[in-house]
Amino acid sequence: MFIDDTIAAISTPLGEGGIGIVRLSGKDSIKIAEKIFISPKNKSLNNSKSHRIIYGYIKDPKTDKEIDEVLITIMRSPYSYTREDVVEINCHGGMTALRKTLELILKQGARLAEPGEFTKRAFINGRIDLSQAEAVLDLIRSKTDESRRIAIEQLQGGLSEKITALRDRLTEVCAHVEAYIDFPEDEIETASIKAVLESMKDIGREFHALLKTYDEARFFREGLSTAIVGSPNVGKSSLLNALLKKDRAIVTEYPGTTRDVIEEYLNINGLPLRIMDTAGIRDVQDIAEKEGVKRSLLSIENADIVIAMFDCSELLKEEDFEVIQKVKDRNTIFVLNKSDLQSAIDRNSISSLVPRPSPSILNISATRGDGLEELKDIIFESCLKNWKEEREGVVITNLRHKTAIEKAKTSLERAISALLENQPLEILALELRDSLDRLGEIVGAITTEDILNKIFTDFCIGK
Amino acid sequence: MYKDRDYDVIVIGAGHAGCEAALASARTGFSTCLFTMNLDTIAQMSCNPAIGGLAKGHLVREIDALGGEMAKVTDKTGIQFRMLNMSKGPAVWSLRAQTDRVLYRLEMRRVIEAQENLDVKQALVEEILVEDVKIKGVLTSLGIFYGTKAVIVTTGTFLKGLIHIGLENFSAGRAGEFPSVGLSDSLRELGLNMGRLKTGTPPRLDAKTIDFSKTEPQYGDDPPLPFSHSTEKITNPQLPCYITHTNSETHRIILDNLDRSPLYSGKIKGIGARYCPSIEDKVVRFAERERHQVFLEPEGLETKEYYANGIPTSLPYDVQVKFVRTIPGLEEVEIMRPGYAIEYDFVFPTQLKHNLETKIIDGLFLAGQINGTSGYEEAAAQGIMAGINASLKLQGREPLILGRHEAYIGVLIDDLITKGTNEPYRMFTSRAEYRLLLRHDNADLRLMNKGHEIGLLDNALYQRFLGKKSLINEELERLKKTRIKYDDPNKSESLEQLLKRPEITYKFIDEHSPPDKPLITEIKRQVEIQVKYNGYIIRQMAMAEKLKKVEGKRIPENFDYVTVNGLSKEVLSKLQEVRPANLGQASRIPGITPAAISLLMVAIERLRRERRA
Repeated sequence: MFIDDTIAAISTPLGEGGIGIVRLSGKDSIKIAEKIFISPKNKSLNNSKSHRIIYGYIKDPKTDKEIDEVLITIMRSPYSYTREDVVEINCHGGMTALRKTLELILKQGARLAEPGEFTKRAFINGRIDLSQAEAVLDLIRSKTDESRRIAIEQLQGGLSEKITALRDRLTEVCAHVEAYIDFPEDEIETASIKAVLESMKDIGREFHALLKTYDEARFFREGLSTAIVGSPNVGKSSLLNALLKKDRAIVTEYPGTTRDVIEEYLNINGLPLRIMDTAGIRDVQDIAEKEGVKRSLLSIENADIVIAMFDCSELLKEEDFEVIQKVKDRNTIFVLNKSDLQSAIDRNSISSLVPRPSPSILNISATRGDGLEELKDIIFESCLKNWKEEREGVVITNLRHKTAIEKAKTSLERAISALLENQPLEILALELRDSLDRLGEIVGAITTEDILNKIFTDFCIGK
Repeated sequence: MYKDRDYDVIVIGAGHAGCEAALASARTGFSTCLFTMNLDTIAQMSCNPAIGGLAKGHLVREIDALGGEMAKVTDKTGIQFRMLNMSKGPAVWSLRAQTDRVLYRLEMRRVIEAQENLDVKQALVEEILVEDVKIKGVLTSLGIFYGTKAVIVTTGTFLKGLIHIGLENFSAGRAGEFPSVGLSDSLRELGLNMGRLKTGTPPRLDAKTIDFSKTEPQYGDDPPLPFSHSTEKITNPQLPCYITHTNSETHRIILDNLDRSPLYSGKIKGIGARYCPSIEDKVVRFAERERHQVFLEPEGLETKEYYANGIPTSLPYDVQVKFVRTIPGLEEVEIMRPGYAIEYDFVFPTQLKHNLETKIIDGLFLAGQINGTSGYEEAAAQGIMAGINASLKLQGREPLILGRHEAYIGVLIDDLITKGTNEPYRMFTSRAEYRLLLRHDNADLRLMNKGHEIGLLDNALYQRFLGKKSLINEELERLKKTRIKYDDPNKSESLEQLLKRPEITYKFIDEHSPPDKPLITEIKRQVEIQVKYNGYIIRQMAMAEKLKKVEGKRIPENFDYVTVNGLSKEVLSKLQEVRPANLGQASRIPGITPAAISLLMVAIERLRRERRA
């Protein structure tokens, strides 16, 4: 929240070629980068001059495993974008390397930057001018956009309820310890040390289980695969371009994507999509083209969502019927393009051919941009449905959440050892409060007032 | 209207807040007048005859370190001293004392009367006079006017006090004393928003009619440890308290008579404290409890009156008699004074600045129960701070604002003015984020410099403190430098490292490598705590450093929050109500999100640059 720590983020958009940049800003940024950087010529970042490029490797200091070959630039305060010490790491190994590098940096004590935070710092530190401040405000504001937050939360399957429940259990443990400290003269029946220990261990196990889901929920970071299919010249590429024009994915909260096989990224309401523009489906003789069609069909099978496109200015052709055949059992959105032209077919022409009730069908004009917002909403809804059908339970999808839970877990573990080592109770309380504060970063803080409420509800206090 | 003389500072109300406020102002050189409705009840302990307890004991030592009086008076009039929480860590040890109620008020009156620059007058102040939102003077019920530059209001439960005993109620400031009605209206007319709180007391019993053999005595520590840094020795005779319990019969009688309880019949409108519930409340809310503790506390050395701590009640007198007599040891008991509940007006404390001055009237300070707190210690702590800050204001100096990392007093005042309160506010150690820094044993190290700088702290005491401080530092240095071989013959370790081990105490140092000059216990203890908890202390200090940085980001006093785009309605109205002094305080207002703080930070920076441009 305040400018005294070091922040980091991947600062290049997704899907923009092979190189990506991880950027750090803050007083410890050089120190942090140093910890994960190896120079073949034994150059130290700390001693290097400002604005020089240094070649080397990113290494996991724990496992000594090499992550990527990189170029590092150091920009010393005040000669940087934020006027703080800034380090930029140019990674070459694609999204996986970028993500891994960022995670290593966060483990060394940097904090994941909030949207707009580099710019905010630049402003606060007097680097950018007044007119740019408004844009900063907008950025901060967009983060608090309630509807978007709720939508994402739904996708996460009630992560916030889960964390809230854990936080409340931890609050209860904390209340028992605090009551025992603050009311030594009251005959209160606080939980036994053994019960407190059991609760803490149990909450610890839950943290552990939650953290494991981060790897399971890859698609939130790598994107739901979405295939645009249709016969040639219905406007598939125009649609892709129209969508990309406005909403080309920007890496903020969902870093980490394998980019090997993917065409383009799109960000819809904070949800990353991998969009595959496929070859037009038709009966072909040419071997190369045959291969293209084969891949199109394969991508339909692998896609989480299929957008089947038709040209509504023409009657349905043989190929169109074939497309419908291929996609009718998939999670499909039917799109009638070229709504700006005279219509030859309408929704009924499609729905009569699809054996399921009320399929998603809509009219758009990719060139004029009509119907695109509606399409995005439908894609979003569709993802939501898809996700809910596939699995139950809670997942962590967001690196910020993951980091917070990891820290909460560490503090809880320290609390457990404080208890086992017979440390004074106020030390135990300190670690528990620390753990609570970390969870508070995700679901809102627990205040002293909340803990006192719990104490006064559960215990009869009042000498 | 008769115009009497002018004073620099006028304090209204001579309770625990008022006495400290008046002394602080007079001792820093300002002519001060302390008004009380009754000279015979100066520093009256309206509730239980005890000072200190968890977190409250910390407050008392902090008041002492600043140069206040409460600790000294307690040491002189205390009849039982106990260090609580000795089984836990040193940060949450806390001293508590039973005092002789009569001796306490006489001793405080002696100090007040002996104080240079301080007049004390019996009069009922009815009105505070203000000109151009600046204090002008006060007017008493006899129409006498006193001009002044600063007024500190410390009226406790007296503002429109209403006592309930059963369904009967009558206006009173305390049992047997008049309420103050005019002053409450005067404050309201000045524009202050006020609410209503409730508190209660238990019946006082006649020891002649108590069978103490059926109770369990609770003795104080021997030797008793004093509160004040200046007290050498406690000299009063020491008395025990006695513990007994309620039982199912007690509870049945209470439940059968709930319809005659003003609390349960809805007669009482004020909000009571959850940590100090009436026995009616305990029995109803914790029905599963088979018994509740009753502490029989002596009211003094020369009286038979005992305070039945644990059973505050507003039930009718006949029910009080009936249920009390079901308690072991109290079968034949005679009630000397019945328990009662009292409702009173308080000022929502979010209308105050950190120096305890109201935001709307220049020179008007409020301290104590009027700000929604409960407890003598909380009152005295605010009293001394209001006195100090009125004095600093008249000197044209910066106010003394203690940080949350510096003192429980800082936590107390910041909580009140930032979060407000809707029940009588009491201090708990859990309210302090920096609990390991705010120990009772280091109150002098934390605050004596400030007490000295303000000119409140006795110079001899300050010199002694400096000596102690340098001895502590020298010993810490020595422990760091001196290395010995202990359990591993091949490895030498510093005394500091050894002392960090859980099983090793300072006694080990004394046995293996004592300092050239033997140290007093207090210093050994301090060194041991600082070494053992060093890691945690450093961690909390690092947190405190962060806090200080944000507190440094000041919000202009007349800042218009409406100009900040993107604040939710709720956040906006809270910011407008509290008008925080800096971003740190803003972030502690309940319901203020980190995103809102971000917006505020940018908006303030923008304003600053616009002004500069």
